Amino acid sequence: MKSIKNHLSLVIALVSILFSVQVLLISERSISAYKEKLAHDYSLVVVAQKKLNYSDIMKENSIIATITQLSPDNVIARLHTGMSAKNVALLKLTLPKFYNIKLKYYPSSSEIKILTKKLLRKPFITKVENFSNTHDLTYKLLLLFKKVITIFSVSMLIVTMLLIFKELKIWQFKHNERMNIMGLFGAPLWMRSAILFRLSIVDAIIASFVSFILFTLIASDDWIHEQFDSIGITVKIFDPFSDLMILTALAIVVSIVLSLLIILGHKEEV
Amino acid sequence: MDKVIIADNLSLAYSDDETIINKVKFSIDSGSFVFITGASGSGKSTLLKSLYGALNPQEGSLVVGGVELKGVSNAKLNFLRKHIGIVFQDYKLVKEWTIEKNIMLPLLINGYEKGVTQNQVDSLLKHVRLKHQAGKYPQELSGGEQQRVAMARALSHNPILILADEPTGNLDDYSAELIWNLLVGANEQLKTTVIVVTHHIPETIKVDYKHYHIEFGRINEVN
Ligand SMILES: Nc1ncnc2c1ncn2[C@@H]1O[C@H](COP(=O)(O)OP(=O)(O)OP(=O)(O)O)[C@@H](O)[C@H]1O
Ligand SMILES: [Mg+2]
Repeated sequence: MKSIKNHLSLVIALVSILFSVQVLLISERSISAYKEKLAHDYSLVVVAQKKLNYSDIMKENSIIATITQLSPDNVIARLHTGMSAKNVALLKLTLPKFYNIKLKYYPSSSEIKILTKKLLRKPFITKVENFSNTHDLTYKLLLLFKKVITIFSVSMLIVTMLLIFKELKIWQFKHNERMNIMGLFGAPLWMRSAILFRLSIVDAIIASFVSFILFTLIASDDWIHEQFDSIGITVKIFDPFSDLMILTALAIVVSIVLSLLIILGHKEEV
Repeated sequence: MDKVIIADNLSLAYSDDETIINKVKFSIDSGSFVFITGASGSGKSTLLKSLYGALNPQEGSLVVGGVELKGVSNAKLNFLRKHIGIVFQDYKLVKEWTIEKNIMLPLLINGYEKGVTQNQVDSLLKHVRLKHQAGKYPQELSGGEQQRVAMARALSHNPILILADEPTGNLDDYSAELIWNLLVGANEQLKTTVIVVTHHIPETIKVDYKHYHIEFGRINEVN
């Protein structure tokens, strides 16, 4: 009972740090998944007088994933009532060519502007439709979403840090007492500090384990996946290997830094 | 005879404005049993602090176990402290450790083997009549019991010098007798030098002792 109480304060602080970091990871992931989905749905339409040289254009604009020519048949079909086959063939030759351009990732507004400008610089490209109004709106929403999550997680981190610094004084006091007593019986500094490091690494491992349980539970909840499904993306909530490694490493680093702070603040009382 | 403590022109102070011990000269033979008395606030605990190096001499020289404590290095001080057993006036037990672990501390610091350590702790617990409390934490013990734990800890590593600050201050006559017997036993059997701060020298004590009295910053031998 007693030993649990000793561990609790640092473990809680570490868990809330790990929680905010994992939330940041999840939001980072959902945004890139959402961007990918948007990139998939988004395309530009280019009108040209001549057949385009795909490889030239793609070399100049690395953002372009694919270029496909749109068939003019649909347009012609609407006009062709009462036209002879010969005229239709002629019309096909004189009609401008339409192309659909897909991008590798979802561009920012300025990337779209630059791409449009570069394409229009080609003498035979007469028009570029980039649907910039719709794009701007979704893009801004995306950025807003990202900002809100980041602010939320960062403020949670800051509050936790403040709490930790307040607790640090108490820990410092508590560990200082023990370190002092050990010193009075001749324990060298490394021996006095060793206990502290061992304790805080144990706490870091407990905190990682608690986070592991917490996020495994969250990840197994259908509700959260339904939310992501509803905007058409799938996001990994918690990877039991790589995420756990990140969180454990982070917890250990934080607790070692805290231990160092306590040891640096260690004073022998008279 | 070897001197375990040599003080020459020694002054002790916590700040420059107030000197607690003022230019005293004394020496203590190795293997002797010494009582220190004095009014409350006269500087008894302060003198002990200087002997285990927690308070640096303001002036003069103080040699304990062959180590000059004025401006002593950390390494030398740690070495010396490993061979001293201290009973603090406020016990200074580690709160988050069991009684057993507290008594073990000097043995762990001195790098004793686990088996030796456990035997030593068991026998000390028996001597201070706390065998049944071994797994408890200091706060779960009475003041007198904590004091006995502090005594057991001070004896655990068979130190060459024991410094005890009012080790029977909180004890009934029976428990006090127990403590005196332990200290006398260490002094007689292991030739441990024992320095005890106390308000009352027990009349029944069966040992040849020296008695110093602290008054007005001076240390005088009483006959
Ligand atoms: N850490 C400290 N900082 C400043 N002054 C101190 C400190 N400890 C003790 N003093 C002062 O030094 C003087 C001697 O104190 P000390 O503790 O040595 O007395 P003592 O003889 O042990 O008394 P008691 O019998 O009450 O334990 C007192 O006037 C006290 O106020
Ligand atoms: Mg005192």
